[in-house]
Amino acid sequence: MNFSNDRTVIIDYDAGNLRSVQRACAEVGCDALITGDPEVIQHSTRIIFPGVGAAGAAMRSIQAHGIDEVLLDRYEQGVPILGICMGLQISLTHSEEDDQETIGLIEGQVKRFQIKDLSLKVPHMGWNEVTVVRPHPVLAHIHPGDEFYFVHAYYPHPKDESCVYGIATYETPFCCAVGRKNFFGTQFHPEKSGRIGLQLLASFFKWDGSIAE
Amino acid sequence: MLSKRVIACLDVRDGRLAKSVKFVNTKDIGDPVEKARLYYEQGLDELVFYDITASSDKRNIMLDVVESVAKEVFIPLSVGGGIRSVQDATNLRLAGAEKINVNSAAVLRPELISECASAIGNQNVVLSMDIQKVEQSEERPSGYEIVINGGRTPTGLDALQWALEGEQLGAGELVVNSIDADGTLDGYEINLTRMLSEAVRIPVIASGGAGKPQHLQEVLTEGKADAALVASMVHYGTYTVEELKKYLHENGVKVRMSW
Repeated sequence: MNFSNDRTVIIDYDAGNLRSVQRACAEVGCDALITGDPEVIQHSTRIIFPGVGAAGAAMRSIQAHGIDEVLLDRYEQGVPILGICMGLQISLTHSEEDDQETIGLIEGQVKRFQIKDLSLKVPHMGWNEVTVVRPHPVLAHIHPGDEFYFVHAYYPHPKDESCVYGIATYETPFCCAVGRKNFFGTQFHPEKSGRIGLQLLASFFKWDGSIAE
Repeated sequence: MLSKRVIACLDVRDGRLAKSVKFVNTKDIGDPVEKARLYYEQGLDELVFYDITASSDKRNIMLDVVESVAKEVFIPLSVGGGIRSVQDATNLRLAGAEKINVNSAAVLRPELISECASAIGNQNVVLSMDIQKVEQSEERPSGYEIVINGGRTPTGLDALQWALEGEQLGAGELVVNSIDADGTLDGYEINLTRMLSEAVRIPVIASGGAGKPQHLQEVLTEGKADAALVASMVHYGTYTVEELKKYLHENGVKVRMSW
């Protein structure tokens, strides 16, 4: 694959170690640049928006760097964006974590797991099966039974059901893949999910940001 | 449903793979990077490197090992051994480790757990505990004691109390390593694992004693462990990771079967 005309950025807002994402991109043939500079993000043609941590701290850092505005702009310009974990969560409108208003590319809430079975631990950590409920170019090569690596205590809940592309089950089913227009987000970590995760990243790099309506 | 994890532990000394029996008589058994890649291709769910390098001036070798592995192995990578500060943890994270294991240094200075948790997140801090069976007493009501310095120094600390304290301080996961079972290939310490797993609300990784696929099944069901750590049984080629997972799958344990 040749992505030489591709200016892919991995957004850095002090929310965790991004080099594992960068390494996984390199493995599928994409040299992605880690940056928190809005100028650089403004000129990107493809964006990966990762992150771990808490919603409140994440939003403060995003706003301090002026990343929320440039991200909204890139979204409106049709640039393909992949949100991972916290990057997906704060792309919704509100998080129960820290009762935080978030960027709002997609209308929806981020909710905390309410697990009744005390033997199930929170955070939900480990490998779990992802069921594709709606086809999407980024999920093109995912098959029934394929598992991804998760680490989280909160999950996305888009307002519009048609934004839900993948679900997993932890006591009850929850949304773990969200899409709208040129934005796609995963609650799981493709960069830590072996060959299948790399496949998802490769599909993202081939995606032009459009979806069949 | 969440899968149970099979984790391989690689003891590394001076950049080479070592394996000990009851924590002594270590011998060189190969290149850690090569083994890591092999296990990854066989469907391993997570990898742990334990640095048993004795001299501190050779510690940077471990960073190189982690860096090389992280370039080609895309599953969670956990590193332990000799981590005494947030700086040690951060260096390893930058090299490519996802999780950090603390052990002896956390017993000597428990705040290390909370410091690491606030720097890199609770979910990335693993409290690794070396435990030996002792006479039940007022000081050690669980009948298990924490041992440090690679199994050489008993601390007098009760294992159950330490596990709960570790969780309280912000550990995101526990490794329960039985010194009595380590290297015996006779099976995990089921009672110890179950006792700790029932007491905490963070995942528990069982360690020490695995010799047959059945041992993993036992500790993941009866022992209530969330993950099983293997070493000798895969390092010497007695079993492949794939064979272990296939056995678990066929015997009703939910494990990841496509990779």
